[in-house]
Amino acid sequence: MAHPLLTVEDVSKTYDGFKAISNLNFYLFEGELRTVIGPNGAGKSTFFDLLTGRTQPDKGKIEFGTDPADTHDLTKLDEVAINRLGIGRKFQTPSVYAEHTVRENLILSLRGTRGVFASLFHRLNSTDNDRIDELLKLIRLEAKGEWKAGLLAHGEKQWLEIGMLLAQEPRVLLVDEPAAGMTDEETHRTGELLLSLAGKHSLVVVEHDMAFVKQIAANGRVTVLHQGALLCEGKFDDVQADPRVREVYLGRGKHGTR
Amino acid sequence: MASPEKYAPPPPPSDTVAALLAFTVVAVLIMPTLDVFGVIDHFTLNLWGKYLCYALLALSVNLLWGGTGLLSLGQGLFFALGGYMHGMYLMRMIGDQGQYHKPIPDFLVFLGWTELPGFWKPFEHFSFAMLMVFLLPGIIAGVFGWLAFRSRIKGVYFSILTQALTYAGALIFFRNNTLMGGNNGFTDFKTELGFSLLEPATQRGLFIATAVVLIGVVILLRWLEGTKFGLVQRAIRDGENRTLFSGYATPAFKLFLFVLAALIAAIGGALYVPQVGIINPSDMTPEKSLEAIVWVAVGGRGTLLGPILGAVFVNMLKSYATRAIPDLWLILLGGLFLLVVLFLPGGLVSLPEKLRGLWQRFRPAPTSAPAA
Repeated sequence: MAHPLLTVEDVSKTYDGFKAISNLNFYLFEGELRTVIGPNGAGKSTFFDLLTGRTQPDKGKIEFGTDPADTHDLTKLDEVAINRLGIGRKFQTPSVYAEHTVRENLILSLRGTRGVFASLFHRLNSTDNDRIDELLKLIRLEAKGEWKAGLLAHGEKQWLEIGMLLAQEPRVLLVDEPAAGMTDEETHRTGELLLSLAGKHSLVVVEHDMAFVKQIAANGRVTVLHQGALLCEGKFDDVQADPRVREVYLGRGKHGTR
Repeated sequence: MASPEKYAPPPPPSDTVAALLAFTVVAVLIMPTLDVFGVIDHFTLNLWGKYLCYALLALSVNLLWGGTGLLSLGQGLFFALGGYMHGMYLMRMIGDQGQYHKPIPDFLVFLGWTELPGFWKPFEHFSFAMLMVFLLPGIIAGVFGWLAFRSRIKGVYFSILTQALTYAGALIFFRNNTLMGGNNGFTDFKTELGFSLLEPATQRGLFIATAVVLIGVVILLRWLEGTKFGLVQRAIRDGENRTLFSGYATPAFKLFLFVLAALIAAIGGALYVPQVGIINPSDMTPEKSLEAIVWVAVGGRGTLLGPILGAVFVNMLKSYATRAIPDLWLILLGGLFLLVVLFLPGGLVSLPEKLRGLWQRFRPAPTSAPAA
């Protein structure tokens, strides 16, 4: 069996006595699309914070890399270093640069120049521009390239942020509630986009919308978090049929209670 | 895209270039010429030289506040340090022409010194003093910025710390034992590079030098806005988290900007001292830095023209008001700040736009409808 790209073992994180994550094990393999569900407060955002270096675990290991002899210990790296390894994150509330144009948002995200002095003298080449045009088309914003991003509709901002993520050409995409605020049709298109990325990239998608989860988890696996711990993991139908899942999550409506 | 090489520049570039050109002609050519022929008096030209120095301080504040979202309440410190470093050279040039006719500055004689303290010695060289104008503020900004940004100090905490920094500077310079002139600071300068500072021609030269430096700084900042660095800078202002999680080490960008802003303020202070003829620790008090915030807010935060306009306008008003109605000046300043915040958040530079909007709303109906 191949070595996982992302290895999370026995990880715990406590905030002021509240156990946000406890003894979590999680393995993501290269090219996989994994969906993570769980009621509010299940620890999904903390999980992403741990993976991206925003916060460090109290115990446990988080490693990145498929070569067992050459993995990166993510608990020792900060946000910037982890991003540069190829782990990109889309936030729950779409965070785009409101005062920049859509095109500039993508320019800023394009893989490459990140240093202070390099950015003073950096020039875009034609490959960069082609790449941006390609991304604009993919996220269906080619007519709005010169718009200020703050003027976009909520769903369009979500797409722009996905585009910004792709511009970084990351190996792993961490996507937090991509379908929030979208119409059914937009949601479906988003699902298709994510499915088309699997294989080339590895993805972890956190989502609440069950129709959407069913769509994107058709071939992949679903991880259910509950109170910071792994409740179960498997195919969508198996997970949906699991009585424990129905108890904590599905049975109590879309958002459940803590 | 027709021109793929450049990042889209911030609007409106033609206006900035036109304003810059007009300013160059007026400040570098017309005003000094009028001074030579006695149309404007030497005092007025000198006053305008001071305003332009303040404009540099305002640009420094704006680079951080308007461009990056960092409200520094301590830029006056770097302005004053630049002034002090140049002032040390000017103090050395007094030679033995002081009150005590000793070869060392009067305040040192007064403190009982008979020869020059070691750290004063190299300041008899103009070039060394100029180097220190950049070096000392640059190093202090570098160390402070490195510590603050590395610890992720942001928002109001950053503002408070910068205010404390300039206050600490004032306390140190108020001490006589700092050997920098205590609360009197430096004054009674005689010559600069052999030219008498009392000569109108010298002051005219200093005015032109200030105008040229100001133009140079505006061009530099304009260029910076159009680079990828400029894009990142504004991205930090509008969404630092996104920037950080996109792989930009935002502390390094902020440090660069903090040092650059300190250097701009320092040149302003260095040009200020020979024209105004005095520098003392009151220039490091937090009130002075706060005044510069008002200039930027009144002129128009986040633009290049606004801070310059604000610095000149508010200081013209101050020159007038502190003579005509001295007791009311601070009330006037506070009132002006309130008016701008409430009714003109874009500052003076947004006034034409605002007036155009009002005009369109109230102008007679027939002209607004095209002829059928």
